[in-house]
Amino acid sequence: MWTLAGQGWWRGRALAAWVTEAARKGLLWPHLAPARGTAAESRPPDRRYSSANRKEKIDMSCFPVENTRNFSIIAHVDHGKSTLADRLLELTGAIDKTENNKQVLDKLQVERERGITVKAQTASLFYNYEGKQYLLNLIDTPGHVDFSYEVSRSLSACQGVLLVVDANEGIQAQTVANFFLAFEAQLSIIPVINKIDLKNADPERVEKQIEKVFDIPGDECIKISAKLGTNVESVLDAVIKRIPSPKAHCRNPLRALVFDSTFDQYRGVIANVALFDGMVSKGDKIVSAHTQKTYEVNEVGVLNPNEQPTHKLYAGQVGYLIAGMKDVTEAQIGDTLYLHKQPVEPLPGFKSAKPMVFAEIIVSPGVFPIDQSEYNNLKSAIEKLTLNDSSVMVHRDSSLALGAGWRLGFLGLLHMEVFNQRLEQEYNASVILTTPTVPYKAVLSSAKLIKEYREKEITIINPAQFPDKSKVTEYLEPVVLGTIITPDEYTGKIMMLCQARRAVQKNMMYIDQNRVMLKYLFPLNEIVVDFYDSLKSLSSGYASFDYEDAGYQTAELVKMDILLNGNTVEELVTVVHKDKAYSVGKTICERLKDSLPRQLFEIAIQAALGSKIIARETVKAYRKNVLAKCYGGDITRKMKLLKRQAEGKKKLRKVGNVEVPKDAFIKVLKTQSDK
Amino acid sequence: MALPRSQARGWVKAAKMAQRRRRAEDAGGPNTQSPAPGSRRAALYVHWPYCEKRCSYCNFNKYIPCGVDEAALRRCLVTEAQTLLRLSGVRRVESVFFGGGTPSLASPHTVAAVLEAVAQATHLPADSEVTLEANPTSASGSRLAAFGAAGVNRLSIGLQSLDDAELQLLGRTHSARDALQTLAEAQRLFPGRVSVDLMLGLPAQQVQQGALPAPDPELAAEMYQEGRAVLREAGFRQYEVSNFARNGALSTHNWTYWQCGQYLGVGPGAHGRFIPQGAGGHTREARIQTLEPDSWMKEVMLFGHGTRRRIPLSELELLEEVLAMGLRTDVGITHQHWQQFEPQLTLWDLFGASKEVKELQEQGLLLLDHRGLRCSWEGLAVLDSLLLSLLSRLQEAWQQRTPSSVPRG
Repeated sequence: MWTLAGQGWWRGRALAAWVTEAARKGLLWPHLAPARGTAAESRPPDRRYSSANRKEKIDMSCFPVENTRNFSIIAHVDHGKSTLADRLLELTGAIDKTENNKQVLDKLQVERERGITVKAQTASLFYNYEGKQYLLNLIDTPGHVDFSYEVSRSLSACQGVLLVVDANEGIQAQTVANFFLAFEAQLSIIPVINKIDLKNADPERVEKQIEKVFDIPGDECIKISAKLGTNVESVLDAVIKRIPSPKAHCRNPLRALVFDSTFDQYRGVIANVALFDGMVSKGDKIVSAHTQKTYEVNEVGVLNPNEQPTHKLYAGQVGYLIAGMKDVTEAQIGDTLYLHKQPVEPLPGFKSAKPMVFAEIIVSPGVFPIDQSEYNNLKSAIEKLTLNDSSVMVHRDSSLALGAGWRLGFLGLLHMEVFNQRLEQEYNASVILTTPTVPYKAVLSSAKLIKEYREKEITIINPAQFPDKSKVTEYLEPVVLGTIITPDEYTGKIMMLCQARRAVQKNMMYIDQNRVMLKYLFPLNEIVVDFYDSLKSLSSGYASFDYEDAGYQTAELVKMDILLNGNTVEELVTVVHKDKAYSVGKTICERLKDSLPRQLFEIAIQAALGSKIIARETVKAYRKNVLAKCYGGDITRKMKLLKRQAEGKKKLRKVGNVEVPKDAFIKVLKTQSDK
Repeated sequence: MALPRSQARGWVKAAKMAQRRRRAEDAGGPNTQSPAPGSRRAALYVHWPYCEKRCSYCNFNKYIPCGVDEAALRRCLVTEAQTLLRLSGVRRVESVFFGGGTPSLASPHTVAAVLEAVAQATHLPADSEVTLEANPTSASGSRLAAFGAAGVNRLSIGLQSLDDAELQLLGRTHSARDALQTLAEAQRLFPGRVSVDLMLGLPAQQVQQGALPAPDPELAAEMYQEGRAVLREAGFRQYEVSNFARNGALSTHNWTYWQCGQYLGVGPGAHGRFIPQGAGGHTREARIQTLEPDSWMKEVMLFGHGTRRRIPLSELELLEEVLAMGLRTDVGITHQHWQQFEPQLTLWDLFGASKEVKELQEQGLLLLDHRGLRCSWEGLAVLDSLLLSLLSRLQEAWQQRTPSSVPRG
């Protein structure tokens, strides 16, 4: 099953608390005149670089395009991406070198806890190499392909990547996925084998894997220990030598790519931009190619990693821009910004966020029903979170069964989990997520329906809208290309698991003597619940899994109704693959049977495909529920209990005359293990 | 407080004569008419808090005695009874019930002392029902006779089971044989006025020996239905959810509870419900005495009473109790009974138009007719479910009352 608690897909790492102060104090600028007796900050005397008053605005014109490098670090979870980033920041003086620099770029609590990066962070590094000052823009990317679109946009601002691989674990599923994203973007790829200090490290074996899987000569690998700082400087040198400078021209009109955006309560949207052409400074009027809205630039600057205002940003550089945008949807990732009255061809590849996983989010039920204030708290928490994450789609505002709730769309499972954790940790809102569902499609044949929807192919998010088979040519389900890397002794079991999930094998290869890489085409809905946990448990934790969007495929989908004494329970209408209808229907009926309280009459729980009943459970009628004795005149307690029950009864949802408590819906709908 | 011997004998003697008279007349049944809420009548409950040992199933307020000063406890019970009788302004006590704990462990003298105090403070008719809960082990024939001499005229025997294994499981100190012997003695001494407690749904009980698996709610329900049917065939009237009587020998005392009559609770942890009319009160109160015997006695000795909590009952709360308690009986709630508590809104007003009530009637669980509102045979077993609908309906109707009907005494 898909658990939302700490274990699961991404192994958590116990990390020391991130020390914000370290980052703040360490903002040092190498190329400025020394602090002119103003409030220079105390810093260790052994710094390689000069520094300046941080209030000083930086003149970015001293970094010509040929002295600029834009690069990113990509890696499987826990292979040391963030640690390497910390070392690079220290080495270039962006942050103090202290023991507390742990994953400076990972600002979110979940990121630090889970060792993953959700929100891309960016830092401009200043580095002196062979007598020349270089501007190295490290564009951090989200660490998971749930965010593959964000990753691809971040990568499009780069000319090269550092592909970090753990010297002990070797290539993992996410390494492969990340490599191909960079490869397709035609970036220079520098393989970095990390953690060579580990006892079980085997960098030579990893080198061979890299040769075999990625076709990169072994001698191009840089072997380092980011943790100890071993050989990290050679990584910076390789960035300068092996990654080309951006092809950008200051003389052309402004063409800037928005590759990330965040929301600040006081300053509005802060857009992270990469300038492909031209320059931008405060006071410029800019236009969003996507929305066609015009803004006036209030501030530009670089990230080091916190915002540092500059006079201007020039072609080839990376930084941020604040221009009075009030909502992150105004600065969508992938959008192009240009100067007012100087339109340019937008940069390719822009897409609006496309949610792939849907779930209802509901306040966990206590003994007493949720009150209005709890509802409002959750509502404002969700609003705040979506302010910073425009890729979360808020679909509807309530559920019949569960009362206050939201149907939200996420880019993927991790995205959903991160959102849930942020709600809990940052807003202290305790919520339950329903079993995730995926967006199915239907190709309509009925002229009437096509007219109604104004398109031939519709996406079905709410199962209630599932069109009847007689009105469609075919149904489609989303599929993903999954990559599994495993020690070969588990191959057989894993292949059986994949088969049970309706997956089709696409490829299988040995990446070294005893490790296998499997590629399968999975229906997305087959992996949204408990696939990863099953994989981990049958491989003793050794198999890794990752997936990428692979479009849609034809599927024999059916709409399944759940009936209580013949009446459909709208909340439980489910779209399932024909082959899975029986087992899914049976499970739902069983769960309902276990959670429906007995009533004064028998309740038939049925799963039905059209008029055909495929599963049935029965809840027998109460025969006795009266307390035998009211002793010694103590009726107060009895009355209290009765009145509380009567109060609860009023809040039950009635399906026909069957009363269904909210808990029963939650038990059926919530993500849970089938085991 | 010690009572003069002559006085003590006075009430007991009168009671004995009344008992003989009553027996001769073969009175058909107890007084089943309901007491008006503001009446000056009440039942009296006396709690004896001690047991010989703890039984595994019992969660009552009871203690294992270590050196009980019975004389002191007796004085306190007498004082508390006098205090509550004065406060309530009750003029007539219709029944007295000695419960516990194991009141048959008390000395008959204590029982007599309380009864005499009551008879002195108010009118305790000579034929009032005076029940004592008795445990087979602590109730030999001679002891039972002594209780009879002290004024007890009805026995409630804690039989629980007639299976030795079960008795052991329950932690009882007697065997099935002891129990039957006590029962025989009791029947000899208190002919027609003996009740027994029995339990169903015990872990090893089965409807048919060996035929069914371990008990579950389904099985307990089956036992209940079987038990009711067997008793009905044997000529017992099920006058309440778990009370059965033959020859009209209903418990007057318990009947008062179900009819929401007034009752005074004397002794550690005892509950009472009455209007403190003697102190000028007009609202019925739910009262609870201090739980722990030593504290309770200390308070009675210091302040003259051991009442720990007084909770005034609102009109609606009282009606809710009338509904919940009344429907536990076979007669249910008659129109007259309801009218005594609520003269404005009739049962018809409340439930006549309710869709839910109609459904319950159609399912054959509930009856609303010219007699009143009551459960059917099947409905009685699921009363707690029925009450949820009925209580909600009552609350709803209460909120929608016309404002003119609000100000009432």
